[in-house]
Amino acid sequence: MLASVARRLLSMLVTLLGVSVIIFLVLRLLPGNAVTAQMGVSAGLLSHAQRVALDHYYGVGEPFLRQYVSWLGAMLTGNLGVSLSSRTSVVSLVGAALPVTLELAIASMVIGELIGVLFGVFGSLRPRGVVDNAGQGVAVVGLGVPSFVIGTGLVTFLASSFHYFPSSRAFAGLFSNPWLNLQQIFFPALTLGLGVGAAIMRTTRAAMLEVVSTGFARTARGKGLSKFVVTWKHLFLGALVPVVTMSGIQLGYLLGGTVVVEQIFVLPGLGRLLVNSISNRDFPVVQSVTLIFAAGFIVVNMLTDMLYTLIDPRTHAR
Amino acid sequence: MTGAVAGPRAKSEALLELRSVRVGFRERRHEHEIVRGVNLLVRAGEKLGIVGESGSGKTLTVLSVLRLLPGRLQLLSGRVSFAGQDLTELRERQLRQVRGSQVAMVYQDPMTSLNPLLRVRSQVVETLRAHGAGRDEAHDRCREVLYQVGLPDPERVERSFPHELSGGMQQRVMIAIALSVSPRLLIADEPTTALDVTVQQQILELVEGLQEHTGMAVVWVTHDLGVVARTVDQVAVMYAGRVVELAPTRRLFARPSHPYTAALLGALPSAGAGHRRPLTQIGGTPPDPARLGSGCPFRARCRHAVARCEEEEPTLIGRGEGSFAACWRAPEEWAS
Repeated sequence: MLASVARRLLSMLVTLLGVSVIIFLVLRLLPGNAVTAQMGVSAGLLSHAQRVALDHYYGVGEPFLRQYVSWLGAMLTGNLGVSLSSRTSVVSLVGAALPVTLELAIASMVIGELIGVLFGVFGSLRPRGVVDNAGQGVAVVGLGVPSFVIGTGLVTFLASSFHYFPSSRAFAGLFSNPWLNLQQIFFPALTLGLGVGAAIMRTTRAAMLEVVSTGFARTARGKGLSKFVVTWKHLFLGALVPVVTMSGIQLGYLLGGTVVVEQIFVLPGLGRLLVNSISNRDFPVVQSVTLIFAAGFIVVNMLTDMLYTLIDPRTHAR
Repeated sequence: MTGAVAGPRAKSEALLELRSVRVGFRERRHEHEIVRGVNLLVRAGEKLGIVGESGSGKTLTVLSVLRLLPGRLQLLSGRVSFAGQDLTELRERQLRQVRGSQVAMVYQDPMTSLNPLLRVRSQVVETLRAHGAGRDEAHDRCREVLYQVGLPDPERVERSFPHELSGGMQQRVMIAIALSVSPRLLIADEPTTALDVTVQQQILELVEGLQEHTGMAVVWVTHDLGVVARTVDQVAVMYAGRVVELAPTRRLFARPSHPYTAALLGALPSAGAGHRRPLTQIGGTPPDPARLGSGCPFRARCRHAVARCEEEEPTLIGRGEGSFAACWRAPEEWAS
């Protein structure tokens, strides 16, 4: 067990290293550099000497490998650089934005799992029944309608019909003003959670229908166990591995989804920070945030893998 | 009445009785029958064997008792009485009290019948808990039954996951689960089929021993006549969804009254090694239940078929000595 965790951690580091190379190269291949990003059109007015000095300061002309190594070295010491547009440290920017995105992601997953598991399980107990059909309806909406449509629709609907628009007020921290914070997080989380829930519901339903016809499901019913125990202890547990897989994938996508939804609901999270930084050519921020998203994705994948071994003892054998 | 008479009489009470049980599925008001009217009677403490090829409906018949039919299959009509109570009229909640505690089942493939994600202990204990045992009581009983079914080191077994046990041990666990609540009837649906031959014998002896010890009734479903020869009091031979012969075991082996039974016996290797005879096989395949038509379903494979067999399907007819067969021709008339 310990060895397999160590092996996974190592492979995670290697992946992360690869991701950092790609991010670094992609950003360097874009037209423009730190100096032009800083100065905009006025970069053209610089004298040659000024230009050389600035290039030297930002390390613009350096070989890529050297730039990369110095970036990596700085990152490993916890120095993510300084934002070009706001002139504050990237660490403090990310530090402010990360909790918002984490809260949004967790809230979305909770909503998604609730919708997905409940509709999936109860739908599968009576295929084509009322619950199942309702669930399928939700799934069609959740899978078919993109989150920016649901999000803007939700905003418009709440604002015009109820004059209720919590996002118009300054974002409140979870601990400083929890009530307002939850109102502000709930609707974006619902927007993302619908999509997540739809995918999880489909997986849950399909897995449950498969498990229902297995021998151990029959044994469980034949023993005289209550419906609750049969459904959750035997059927749902048996269906859990694919559900966890799908949840991991969805959580990964969710990190990307926050970019759009944070924009719509004006949440000061990582996604919004990323979008703003891209339009400002704020390389240090873009690099760091992208890397954090990638790391999040990898960590989620690793956790899913480890969950398998907890759920299914047979995976130990490998 | 004296006690000496009361004993056997109590034993002769009907415990499980199937009457005109039909199993199949409905499709747009049309009924597709697979089990086509089965009548069976098991008395308390009695051992009944149900024998037939795969597809003969033997497994579906016994699964219908506890309403465990898979998928779209259902009991189309008929009565299933257990200890005087019609199980078909019970609500799910009431039936739950019969399942496991009054009637227990052991299935064909232990590998898939145990939940692979739960420890053995959990699967034994939950059965006891569902039928009213306290936590400590259930744990004690768990160890006791695991020991009773001959598992070495019950402490280790109860901590194991099913995949850590051999097939034979898994089936012993299934039997332990079945026995834990002391059922009055054990339905064993081909419990030895998925096991090695040596293990088959052990399981067979185990169930036999436990039956003697507890006095429960046993319904033993198998496709192997050899298995039932020693174990059961009565044998019901099923073919194409019906019982074609029902007889006390000895009588059935000595003088089969249905050509199908006779053919099955002919396909059985005899125990005496010096007594060498070639094994015969039954030509053809069992009929598709969807197109049986009229007439005896066995006629196409029967060497003794006559014109009447084409027209009319025979029902069980008494042949003396407690033997019944669904055949138009008495064994004396069979042309050999």
